[in-house]
Amino acid sequence: MQLTVLIIVLALLTIAGFQLGRSRAAATVGGRLVELHSVPSYHGLYVALWAGVPAVLLLAFWTASESWVVMQLVLAGLPDQFTAVDPQALSLLQADILNLAHGINASREPAPEVLAAAERYNRLHALGDWALLVVGSCLALAGLTWARGRLSPDMRARNRVERAINVALIICSLVAILTTVGIVLSLLFEAIRFFTVISPVEFLFGLHWSPQMAMRADQVGSSGAFGAIPLFTGTLLITVVAMAVAVPVGLMSAIYMSEYANPHLRTWLKPILEILAGIPTVVYGFFAALTMAPFVRDVGQSLGFAVSSESALAAGFVMGVMIIPFVSSLSDDVINAVPQALRDGSYGLGATKSETIRHVVLPAALPGIVAAIMLAVSRAIGETMIVVMAAGLAANLTANPLDAVTTVTAQIASLLVGDQEFDSPKTLSAFGLGLVLFLVTLTLNVVALRVVQKYREKYD
Amino acid sequence: MTVQTQFQTGAQAAALRQSGASVKMVAKDVKVFYGAKQALKGIDLEIQENRVMALIGPSGCGKSTFLRCLNRMNDTIENCRVEGLIALDGEDVYGRQIDAVQLRARVGMVFQKPNPFPKSIYDNISYGPRIHGIASHRDEMDEIVQKSLERAGLWNEVKDRLREPGTGLSGGQQQRLCIARAVAVSPEVILMDEPCSALDPIATAHIEELIDELRENYTIVIVTHNMQQAARVSQKTAFFHLGEMVECDDTEEIFTNPRDERTQGYITGRYG
Repeated sequence: MQLTVLIIVLALLTIAGFQLGRSRAAATVGGRLVELHSVPSYHGLYVALWAGVPAVLLLAFWTASESWVVMQLVLAGLPDQFTAVDPQALSLLQADILNLAHGINASREPAPEVLAAAERYNRLHALGDWALLVVGSCLALAGLTWARGRLSPDMRARNRVERAINVALIICSLVAILTTVGIVLSLLFEAIRFFTVISPVEFLFGLHWSPQMAMRADQVGSSGAFGAIPLFTGTLLITVVAMAVAVPVGLMSAIYMSEYANPHLRTWLKPILEILAGIPTVVYGFFAALTMAPFVRDVGQSLGFAVSSESALAAGFVMGVMIIPFVSSLSDDVINAVPQALRDGSYGLGATKSETIRHVVLPAALPGIVAAIMLAVSRAIGETMIVVMAAGLAANLTANPLDAVTTVTAQIASLLVGDQEFDSPKTLSAFGLGLVLFLVTLTLNVVALRVVQKYREKYD
Repeated sequence: MTVQTQFQTGAQAAALRQSGASVKMVAKDVKVFYGAKQALKGIDLEIQENRVMALIGPSGCGKSTFLRCLNRMNDTIENCRVEGLIALDGEDVYGRQIDAVQLRARVGMVFQKPNPFPKSIYDNISYGPRIHGIASHRDEMDEIVQKSLERAGLWNEVKDRLREPGTGLSGGQQQRLCIARAVAVSPEVILMDEPCSALDPIATAHIEELIDELRENYTIVIVTHNMQQAARVSQKTAFFHLGEMVECDDTEEIFTNPRDERTQGYITGRYG
């Protein structure tokens, strides 16, 4: 309630600050706006920023820390017999107080002190909210008044506002970077926990993957083997099949669209091809599991091969189809970026269209095409759903595309589905696999981006 | 008509000139349309062998369009329609017997902006001869590359770095590389579309000398905005204006004694 009021108050004060700053700036020069260093709206923005930003920062800080501060106050007020316990019991006590404070009945009968504490918690919280409303509004008002008082014709309001915008932009980009760092770190820490149980050498070079751990000492059949090589080869096999489909088809269609198709056809073809990229991978998974895999099996059997009903070929093929628009769209862009002057030069020497494409256009576009293919590879490696549905979960160490295989991503998915215990190597191995996957795709992306950059330097 | 050997000697060319210049290409009532817009309104022009013909005129007057008709480069542009007759050695270049690809091997082109392929200097030159199967083995190709670069006055500058990328040369060197590349397929006619407009004065002087030397063996048509350049390098000059060919005569005649008022206005800088 108080929070909503505060937000409305802050919004109103910010808008008022903008208007007041603008009119004040105009007033300082008696309406001769050319005498101002910055145009009036920058003065308005300057005042508005001083009115809004400090209060919003206070609001954010308060919201983040209020519960903790109030809880510490409540705990300090409790007799020692409650608080002088081990950390686990303490967090249990805090949970009880919170539940009572929110009106949820605890499972056990609360001690009267705890009940009192819960009431105290609610009282302090309400007090804090009112304090926030008052302090926040005053801060906004103070900021507004102070900034408005500083306005003068010579004040470099534009530079200050632009600096504030600059800072805001930096913060936004930091959010993305910090999120990435956070994810990588959590991956890394969990992976390190895994590698303290299973040695990295066994994980990276072991030939047997069977992550079921014995839950009791006398349980049989669950040995817990963490050799990830079958997963890596499975990933590699499916990726190779997928690229064998996607690269030729994607590249050829890119060449057709950029060099042969007339512009009218192109405006139709390209979006249609890109619809392929918009189909959810689960739908591709249906197609792979229900149509493609039986088809591959039937054809294989009629030719006399033993084909399992879930095969790397079926999953890889469908994944390849999924990646076609990726390859074709990126390649189409780089082929279009080859300057027309190069084609003219080639035609001017009496080269045919196909000679021009093969000897001039494609070599010129090659770095970009390579980058497109590498990005497609990292997409294929990271793809999960199709594999889960169509290639099976059997960790076979095989190079035969007609066998069932599994991939790193499919294993991660199956390891983390359902209830997990996070101290078992079975669950933690998912983080080990995730780390390897992350490093591989990161390397591919970095290499691909470097190649693209090199290419760009050439034609600008 | 003369039979063009791969690299005619200067003496042969001189003998040819003495026998009087013959007509290499003829344009009769050439009209070009880009969609509904008419770019050329009936051009009649004769291009003489072993001469440099300069096409001058204000921007948008159709001189580049006309140049691109001569080797059917306009074929690559959508909605472009060409009417009238253009003949090379008496043969209609838009006729059924002639393939645009083969025509362009006989009528080469050098463009406004140097456009070397992103390949080595050697491969830039050998590209044309290779696709036309001119050289049967490696030594022959080496010779063609060397001769072409010598013709373009570039050999001494690049002979030690034939394997380096052509894009690494300076602008003037790149343009001479493009000329060498055109020469390497031994065309009969070389079309140049403002070949010096992207170059500094020293590189321009270099190319102009080169054009004068190439005249011995090739017929050259050059589009230029620079009237001093037209006066320096050409024997014949044609003045284009708003899609029409206003007048065509000996270069000296055009620059000293133009018949048409519009030509006079343009060369004296009154408009353009």
